[in-house]
Amino acid sequence: MRIGLFITCFNDTLFPRTGKAVTALLERLGHTVVFPAEQTCCGQMHLNTGYQREAIPLVRRFARAFADLDAIVTPSASCAGTVRDHHARVAESAGDDRLATEVADIAPRVYELTEFLVDVLGVTDVGAAFPHRVTYHPTCHSLRALRLGDRPLRLLREVRGIELVDLPHADECCGFGGTFAMKNPDVSVAMGTDKLRHVLSTRAEVLCAADNSCLMHLGGLLSRLRAGTRVMHLAEILAAEEKAMSPARPHHRAPGARRTEHV
Amino acid sequence: MSGTYLGMPAFPRAARAAVADTQLRRNLEHATGTIRGRRAEVVAELDDWAELRAAGAAIKDHTLRHLDRYLVQLEEAITAAGGTVHWARDAAEANRIITDLVRETGETEVVKVKSMATQEIGLNDALAEAGIMAWETDLAELIVQLDRDRPSHILVPAIHRNRAEIREIFRRAMADVPADLSDDATALAEAARRHLRRKFLAARVAVSGVNFAVAETGTLVVLESEGNGRMCLTMPDTLISVVGIEKLVPTWADLEVFLQLLPRSSTAERMNPYTSTWTGVHPGDGPQALHVVLVDNGRTGVLADRVGRQALRCIRCSACLNVCPVYERVGGHAYGSVYPGPIGAILTPQLRGTAGPLEASLPYASTLCGACYEVCPVAIDIPEVLVHLRAKAVDAKRRRVLPTAERAAMAAAAWTLGGPRRLGMAQRAAARARRLVGRLRWPLTGWAESRDVPTPAPESFRAWWRRTRGRTE
Repeated sequence: MRIGLFITCFNDTLFPRTGKAVTALLERLGHTVVFPAEQTCCGQMHLNTGYQREAIPLVRRFARAFADLDAIVTPSASCAGTVRDHHARVAESAGDDRLATEVADIAPRVYELTEFLVDVLGVTDVGAAFPHRVTYHPTCHSLRALRLGDRPLRLLREVRGIELVDLPHADECCGFGGTFAMKNPDVSVAMGTDKLRHVLSTRAEVLCAADNSCLMHLGGLLSRLRAGTRVMHLAEILAAEEKAMSPARPHHRAPGARRTEHV
Repeated sequence: MSGTYLGMPAFPRAARAAVADTQLRRNLEHATGTIRGRRAEVVAELDDWAELRAAGAAIKDHTLRHLDRYLVQLEEAITAAGGTVHWARDAAEANRIITDLVRETGETEVVKVKSMATQEIGLNDALAEAGIMAWETDLAELIVQLDRDRPSHILVPAIHRNRAEIREIFRRAMADVPADLSDDATALAEAARRHLRRKFLAARVAVSGVNFAVAETGTLVVLESEGNGRMCLTMPDTLISVVGIEKLVPTWADLEVFLQLLPRSSTAERMNPYTSTWTGVHPGDGPQALHVVLVDNGRTGVLADRVGRQALRCIRCSACLNVCPVYERVGGHAYGSVYPGPIGAILTPQLRGTAGPLEASLPYASTLCGACYEVCPVAIDIPEVLVHLRAKAVDAKRRRVLPTAERAAMAAAAWTLGGPRRLGMAQRAAARARRLVGRLRWPLTGWAESRDVPTPAPESFRAWWRRTRGRTE
């Protein structure tokens, strides 16, 4: 099976260690991962903000970049949702029949990471070890667009040493919402604060999710508050092994905080 | 009374004040949380909910597709049953018709059944200008009216008030309130009951909206919890019913679907306590004059939009408000319309146009979390319509010579993402400036005010891949 990693522009630029974790995880499970270098972005930001026209070349590029792969795996529920649920409409609005065919052909082969592990590879124990107290936030796209259900939790429960705690009011949106976080910062932060109230009530050390975008919002609030809880993409937990147990450094650096390089 | 929404600020500004209102936050958290839980319970009782929901959407879509035919059929059936039908293009025309009808009776007071259509057209203000006092008889609507406030919720217009606040409003504005009124729910309801009873007994004219209008029989239907609507619908001599043209269903049998969908979605009840139906006039029984005012007020414009028209399926249950995380923190007033919450965010800009700053900001007042679509009993894909309205707003501005800052940024992003070389260059530039990015305020002010800004990685994923594995694909 030829597995292509769809890293997403966001993770590529800001959170490459999530991509490294997905690669390490799939290779540990005995698979070969390829990274089609022509990929850039699924167009989600443009589509959700109303720039349909600008998204057309991005959709075209996505379809060509991943055309000959058996499975396309991404560590982002919202980008997987964009490809599966919205690319067909973009192709239709562009009046491009060839693109419509390509998009329809590719969409069923696009998997969010936990779907791919559980549904395609049929594994829930991925051989990970992560001895920390962890809570999982199902992002809106995990929950309502992809309907991941308990797949992430089934994977996390098998991790050695993990102390997994339920997140109260888990199904409520964290308030990120893409450009919403910038256009409506007050409401976005109010929602984020309420989400953190529940996160902190779990006394978890790590908050994980299937989307780094939501985690960037919540992590930005947590680090500003010096809350003592950090965010981590669940792929990084699933990739963690006994031998490399030192915690990853935070995504966010507080202004004025001492700077340390991380690679 | 019903207040005016002219000159409302854009949503983000109104929301900033609302999220800082601690009393409002706690009131809404409690009220929406309670009704959300109850709705989930009663909906889960029906194993054919998905089928009911699909049927509700299909009936509404069919009716809207053939609205021309069903409207004429409704008019014929009402006329045959002894009622009179009036057609109103917009709010001004509807208000003129209703004001004239009340004047003809010689009355200067009317009692009202809770109605979104009359709130939408601003009927109370129009009547007041003509020297006619309209008394709201729904308890929550009465609270809002006494407080000279605006409704903030479709079903529970006073949801932003708690019992202590309601007691204060009654003591301040209700003429015949007991001196020792407590904030006990029963005592508050009893005070309102005594106050309203006098209005019911004196009223000669009533104004209502409707939940459904059956084209086949000319029957109008109101669902309510309190029984005050039933008083208004049966006791006066003249009944004026204001009907948005999207309220039609083809046949009596279609009500079977909606009488299951609406109460469970709205009040989280298996069945609402009072369902009133009336068809024309009957000598010696109920009002002897029935006027039905069919109101367009922007609806045919909405109907012309292939994506946006699904908003006209709405049966005003307010389930989308109760699950909306934005509504829960902001309340209804920031939406600047009698239709707040997710449904308001797609209905108001479509009904009024997007020339005003408030209307233009509403399609962005959502995280697209999808909770609204999930609970909508007629399956309105609200996130889809929100994104559609955003695209319409963007496209309308494309003709301008000078692009907006957002359009320039989006164009730059699209260019950068146009190929791996450009993206790689941008990533390397961002990596070099990463210490700076972490300290950025403008243009990230909205973000950085409360949240730390993420730092671009020193090496992008694609650069790492190429360095460690070479270009394999």
